[in-house]
Amino acid sequence: MQNIKKTWIPYLLIAPSVIFLALLFLLPLIQTIWLAVSEGGAPSLANLRTMAGDLNFRLAIRNTFLLALAVVPVQIVIALAMGSMVAKVDGGRETILWVWTIPLGISDLAAGLLWLSILQNSGYLNSLLFSFGLIERQANWLSYQTPIALFFAIAVAEIWRGTAIVMVIIVAGLNQVPKEFREAAEVFGAGPWTRFFRITLPLIKPALQSALILRTVLAFEVFAVVYALGGTNMPVLVGEAYTWQNQNQNYGVAAAYAVLIMVISLAATLVYLKAVRVDPERLP
Amino acid sequence: MKRSLFIGLLTASSLFAGTLARAETIFLSTQLRPIEEATAVRNVILKDLPAPVEYVVEEPPQFAVRMEAERQAGKHTISLVGALHGELSPIAAKDGFVPLDDLAEKLQGKGMPKALLDLGKLGKDKQQYIPWMQATYVMAANKQALQYLPQGADIDKLTYDQLIEWGRKMQEETGQPRIGFPAGPKGLMARYFQGYFYPSFTGGVVRPFKSLDAAKGWESFKQLWAVVNPNSTNYNFMQEPLLADEVWVAWDHIARLKEAVTAQPDQYVIFPAPAGPKGRGYMPVVAGLAIPQGAPDEPGAKTVIEHLTRPETQILTAQNVGFFPTVDAKLPSDIDPGIAMLAAGVDATQHAQDAVISLLPVGLGDRGGEFNKVYMDTFQRVVIRGEPVADVLNEQAAALSKLMGDAKAPCWAPDAASQGACPVE
Repeated sequence: MQNIKKTWIPYLLIAPSVIFLALLFLLPLIQTIWLAVSEGGAPSLANLRTMAGDLNFRLAIRNTFLLALAVVPVQIVIALAMGSMVAKVDGGRETILWVWTIPLGISDLAAGLLWLSILQNSGYLNSLLFSFGLIERQANWLSYQTPIALFFAIAVAEIWRGTAIVMVIIVAGLNQVPKEFREAAEVFGAGPWTRFFRITLPLIKPALQSALILRTVLAFEVFAVVYALGGTNMPVLVGEAYTWQNQNQNYGVAAAYAVLIMVISLAATLVYLKAVRVDPERLP
Repeated sequence: MKRSLFIGLLTASSLFAGTLARAETIFLSTQLRPIEEATAVRNVILKDLPAPVEYVVEEPPQFAVRMEAERQAGKHTISLVGALHGELSPIAAKDGFVPLDDLAEKLQGKGMPKALLDLGKLGKDKQQYIPWMQATYVMAANKQALQYLPQGADIDKLTYDQLIEWGRKMQEETGQPRIGFPAGPKGLMARYFQGYFYPSFTGGVVRPFKSLDAAKGWESFKQLWAVVNPNSTNYNFMQEPLLADEVWVAWDHIARLKEAVTAQPDQYVIFPAPAGPKGRGYMPVVAGLAIPQGAPDEPGAKTVIEHLTRPETQILTAQNVGFFPTVDAKLPSDIDPGIAMLAAGVDATQHAQDAVISLLPVGLGDRGGEFNKVYMDTFQRVVIRGEPVADVLNEQAAALSKLMGDAKAPCWAPDAASQGACPVE
């Protein structure tokens, strides 16, 4: 009797979360997939064909991948540097961390609008450049004629906004590295770089893996910052889904985009799980 | 540029959240959303009604989703909707509205033009909506720009060649492109192509989509675009770049110019859009009132419609929000000078000798968004990406032809009437 009770109690305890997710996640997911691969209630690839034949499709894929490639590595490096530096600080560590995580509390749309106020024609950047005599009149940074400046602006805004979350995960990982390892390496004469690459980095692999997965999936979902800064000047995947849903009122093609984004995110997660292998003993 | 838009969105959703639990006649509108306008509707325009009305606003995409959700669920909270012709059309296509023929008959007797009322049938036998207010698109210019107007050009009779010349001169003399179009993600640029560009250059909208005239028009638009501010693909409401002094000459919906013109009536002039070889295209904008099937308070909604279409209320509406009457109502002389300027601009547009009226699309059902996309994609490819005009027109014509066929939409003015779906020639 006691044993039976013990076997079903865990299931009972996790049941609410499973039911909750099934109702509010799995069900809509299945509906979305069906919406993408059906037309008028019958299975059809018409939506996928419309999506792939659309004039912004390739551009959106290219831009989304380029942005992820540009943003994620920079964020990981910056977060590692920030995390390592703050580890050496004794007094005021909490305050520094708190300041660093301020962008986390800002919604992506607000972050986009903030950068818009800096970079738009009558924005702070142009005012500054003008006051130094570097430009004679308002310069365009966010127009379709300046795609590189626009890409750079969006990348910078994304890096500013999204690095904090990576840093939080990495700091948590760094905190778990036992001091003794580092001290032992120091005794054997390892320099700071050797210690970092041979001791710290391998030991924070689980944290690194989580950070990479989280940040990359989020990078594929980039939207609000791009929308605020570039409008439709730089198409990205989620932006296209939004346009098909709201402007074009074609829910099928919007669903096809949503499914595509999900597939890309899942693939990226799998790649990280394989590429950044974590020692099974270090898993909980 | 986009800040006001997002703030509007936030207020719209928060207003909405607070009003769900009330039991009054709920009036949901996609028009008059900004807080000042919504307040004017609540406190001035709807004030004298016997029973209280809850005025709720919603962005057009959310409006469509909400109406569809209520229709599918069969649980209705909204008794009256106010939205644009094109926003009501998909709902009417699914028989979502109560026929309003009795009201239409009454209003025709009171002088609402039949042509306007017929738009409210949306191509069906029964009256789907009652025309509520109307507007159109005009050009606005900062008075600083007038000194660069080409010699001999009359601003009220501008041609495309003169506009290009004007833009070139402004760019040369001031070092900046000074013409602007609302080609941003929330801008109304598609309406420019459907109601102004195509009728002016080809005399049609769908039939001559890939004609030689259209190709010539696109070549000339490319010349114009060379002197247009490149930030135009970010502009949604032209009043913002006008007020920021970034743009001096702009085309937009009167409601999206209103803020600039009413704030500084001495600084701007309003005039009709330019004319092309086939005349001066223009498109009226009609917002309508409709009652959803299953509305909890149908009689209440009808009372509101009758109230809103009374001449006094229509004048009040024009004074407060800058949309113009659909019934015979004369605007008073002490009206806000900005609104008076817009009214004069609308009048000049409607009564231009070479005017080519382009009616609102009828019968596209829920494909209106994709119809816009055909024109915007053509613009994107020809003008922004510089692809060869003939190839783009051929490919987009195929998409347009398929769309018209799928929707089985017959031609509307200025295209000649068709039997069955409107053909692309």
